[in-house]
Amino acid sequence: MLAGSMHGFANPARFLKLARLLTVPLLASGVLLVAASLGWGLFGAPPERLQGDSVRILFVHVPAAWLGMGGWTAIAIASLAELVWRHPLAGIAARAIALPGAFFALLCLLTGSLWGRPAWGTWWVWDGRLTSMLVLFFLYCAYMALADAATRDGQANSRIPSIFGLVGAVNIPIIHYSVLWWNSLHQPPSISMGKSEMAPEFLWGLLASTLGFSLIFGAVVLMRMRAILADQQAEARLRRRAMEGGDD
Amino acid sequence: MTENLNHWTFVTASYVLTIAGTAALTLHSWLAMRRAETRRERSREQ
Repeated sequence: MLAGSMHGFANPARFLKLARLLTVPLLASGVLLVAASLGWGLFGAPPERLQGDSVRILFVHVPAAWLGMGGWTAIAIASLAELVWRHPLAGIAARAIALPGAFFALLCLLTGSLWGRPAWGTWWVWDGRLTSMLVLFFLYCAYMALADAATRDGQANSRIPSIFGLVGAVNIPIIHYSVLWWNSLHQPPSISMGKSEMAPEFLWGLLASTLGFSLIFGAVVLMRMRAILADQQAEARLRRRAMEGGDD
Repeated sequence: MTENLNHWTFVTASYVLTIAGTAALTLHSWLAMRRAETRRERSREQ
């Protein structure tokens, strides 16, 4: 059933029709949600009892962490779909996710560092959480280099980036459980399935900003998929024309 | 030793980085998409 519904969007023409319809609404609703939640984060939310005003960084740091990790999870799922079901859009989706995923992983590291200085008294520590997040950023860079090299060599269907995308997913549970497995300055998760230790004035703003950034992420991925597909179609058309010219 | 840091400096830097970075990423992706789609249309017309 899963494979059946996935293959419903295997046709690039059908996918493009849907992508054209969704890109702008996703982007617009994401921008509105982010503007509202960051406005709340800056001017509405109260300072926290222990962390003071630095707690406002939560509204940008947590969505960045979520999207950095979620991006690689999506790359792994798309890689699996490409390797197992040979889904024609899965590899394109994985390549389209890589740059926004890398951006949010880097943003998570930078905002975490900016939060760490006032909260912990240091910009950086080599503990499990921070180090595994840095490894995730390097994995994204390596994935993009592999995918670019495969495309440049005319092997856009190469399986190497997909295998790398799957293997790299090992790092995701390491990031998640690092604060439980090892001693860390980083706090353990405040939100888990169905329960939260966070005060409502932070929780709702955080959920809104996470949803808003996720919508923008979705719109960016659609834009990048449309760009890759358009490039491939233009390339194929030019190649066909060159071959027809050669036959004359 | 206790440091008297102004938290707003760190908050502002985080928000500026996030907003500017996200805007740049979105704009870059939008322009890349427009360029690629224009190229495809041109290849269709030729």
